[in-house]
Amino acid sequence: MRHRSLLVLTTVITTGALTLTACGSRDGGDSKDNGGGKKTTVVIGVDAPLTGSLSALGQGIKNSVDLAAKTANKNNEVPGIEFKVEALDDQAVPASGQANATKLVGNKDVLGVVGPLNSGVAQQMQGVFASANLAQVSPANTNPALSQGDNWGKGEFKRGFKTYFRTAATDVVQGKFAAQYLFKDAGKKKVFIVDDKQTYGAGLAAIFAEEFKKLGGEVVGTDHVTVKETDFSSTADKVKSSGADSVYFGGQYPEGGLLADQIKKTGANVPLMGGDGIQDPAFISASGEANEGDLATSIGYPVEKLDTAKKFIEDYKAEGYKDPYAAYGGYSYDAGWAVIQAVKAAVAANNGKLPTDARAKVVEALGKVSFEGVTGKVAFDEYGDTTNKQLTVYKVEGGKWVDVKSDTFNQ
Amino acid sequence: MHELPQQLANGLALGALYGLIAIGYTMVYGIVQLINFAHGEIFMIGGFGALSAYAILPTGTSLLIAIPVMIVGGAATSVAVACAAERFAYRPLRSAPRLAPLITAIGLSIALQQLVWQFYPDAKKAVSFPEFKGAAFKITDSLAIQRADLFVLILAPLCMLALGIFVQKSRSGRAMQATAQDPDTAKLMGINTDRIIVMAFAIGAAFAAVAAVAYGLDKGQINFEMGFILGLKAFTAAVLGGIGNIYGAMVGGVVLGLAEALSIAYIEDIPGMSQLGGGAWSNVWAFVLLIVVLLVRPQGLLGERVADRA
Repeated sequence: MRHRSLLVLTTVITTGALTLTACGSRDGGDSKDNGGGKKTTVVIGVDAPLTGSLSALGQGIKNSVDLAAKTANKNNEVPGIEFKVEALDDQAVPASGQANATKLVGNKDVLGVVGPLNSGVAQQMQGVFASANLAQVSPANTNPALSQGDNWGKGEFKRGFKTYFRTAATDVVQGKFAAQYLFKDAGKKKVFIVDDKQTYGAGLAAIFAEEFKKLGGEVVGTDHVTVKETDFSSTADKVKSSGADSVYFGGQYPEGGLLADQIKKTGANVPLMGGDGIQDPAFISASGEANEGDLATSIGYPVEKLDTAKKFIEDYKAEGYKDPYAAYGGYSYDAGWAVIQAVKAAVAANNGKLPTDARAKVVEALGKVSFEGVTGKVAFDEYGDTTNKQLTVYKVEGGKWVDVKSDTFNQ
Repeated sequence: MHELPQQLANGLALGALYGLIAIGYTMVYGIVQLINFAHGEIFMIGGFGALSAYAILPTGTSLLIAIPVMIVGGAATSVAVACAAERFAYRPLRSAPRLAPLITAIGLSIALQQLVWQFYPDAKKAVSFPEFKGAAFKITDSLAIQRADLFVLILAPLCMLALGIFVQKSRSGRAMQATAQDPDTAKLMGINTDRIIVMAFAIGAAFAAVAAVAYGLDKGQINFEMGFILGLKAFTAAVLGGIGNIYGAMVGGVVLGLAEALSIAYIEDIPGMSQLGGGAWSNVWAFVLLIVVLLVRPQGLLGERVADRA
């Protein structure tokens, strides 16, 4: 009896899940049969945190890729091909990401995957995709090691996985851009550096420090904070007594917001700068009004200001998605579109039909992709990194992040 | 060398906060020998209760009026949750082996955390808490005390004093001491021990709520996860001072707070120790201190009052 009820339950859940996914891809598929003849289905996989505290970002990624697939189907972008999206939830957990990667590899209709959000998750997925020769394009990973190998910091660049691509610029670009802005534009010469000892935070702070010193600035002190701790008043007093005129923080907004606030409370009226990890409304809202003047870099130009993004924003609205496209929507659309373009190239090179070794051909084609996307020009360099090195500096003004400088990064 | 008076002030304020929370661990342990690991969550819930009380007030209410309302609201919430926890999670297990209520406490701690995460609006991230406006009080050039720190530094000794008088002088306080010494005999003497135990939980919860208000006013935000680390630190403070001893909780808290603040500021200035200082190492030094105290004086700094039992 027990086994049977378990079987029934599993069946019900599986059927439910299948129905749901089917619903997702049936919307707007009116033109499906208009092309005449039977279309080949190509699945674009998505891996992102769809539940949990990062789900707002994950849902934005999923919906944006979905929009890219629908747009391609509507425009008959690749004749004879019908795109579908299969989205899996990694909950920002590396092990789940790896399991999802295995699952996507197992579905032979999957010719490309967009995701994940977190660099730590990507680390676990890369190998799985590489062994199956399946292309992966992340819209959000910023850790340089993912594309340039573990020794990138020592100047030895080695591409570990030829199937890995990303539309987000790395922390190298971000850290250096921040240093240049703080030294040249903001005129700060003495910086105090704090990081949270995590891969992202510590890496970013180290890149920043090196560039700041190279420019002629002085690092007057360093300290580290522990993630989830909340009392940084002793560190804040160290900042004050060091005589720093600015603070650079490598880490995420929960600690960054509190640190910025507690530094201001000591009476040291210096701005705190950080990376895209603190460029979040929660950085401001959760720690009072003292954050005025704090700075953050983020990848790309503000989507709302780009002409190329207007259509994306309109289309996204028109589809009526429940969640906003969030921070990585534009990059996710571009990542999905890059996969579509690669499939298009592979099909075109094979007399209008999918080649038998479609996965390998897609990986090959992705390296050569080049088009005007939502976030600007989309193309990949020899490591699979985006050639689009546009960045923006944001500043807290009147309780909001306001963009103050957008530029293309030059070495 | 960073300014010593300033770091001492930071350490004292942090220590007073630990001490306020530690009272809850120490009183419950003193009476029922239970380490109530859900106490950190009682503290967290006190913060959310205080925030809800503040939300009911008309906007623009002065903090002078709002703070007492928040303390009452926070205390009401955390006392209610603590009493319910005692009644439904701990009392049924009172005669069970000691491991059982300990595990229940850990489970309860996770459950409370997730409940707030699920049902309190926007609590999936840190939520903002009313903050003291205005600059810190400048005492000398190198010493400024934050208004919120002043609040906890004044309130903590007052709370301790009140508790001390209550335990020493009142009938219920004496009944509490008797129950702590020997619950069975106390019962034979006509003391309603169940009532006393609930009272210990309630007092601890009320103190935790005061601490939560102080914490919120200081940081300007509260978080559904904040009870875990602070609870652990407060528990450490209770052990450091001598668990079961209410003055020990305060002393342990202050020692722990000072140890953290001073280790962040000075350990890296000691020659050869530059790699072992700063904020990243403060927890390490705090726990090294705990180990040293326990090795040298296992009963804690002020001694364990319940040790003469058994």
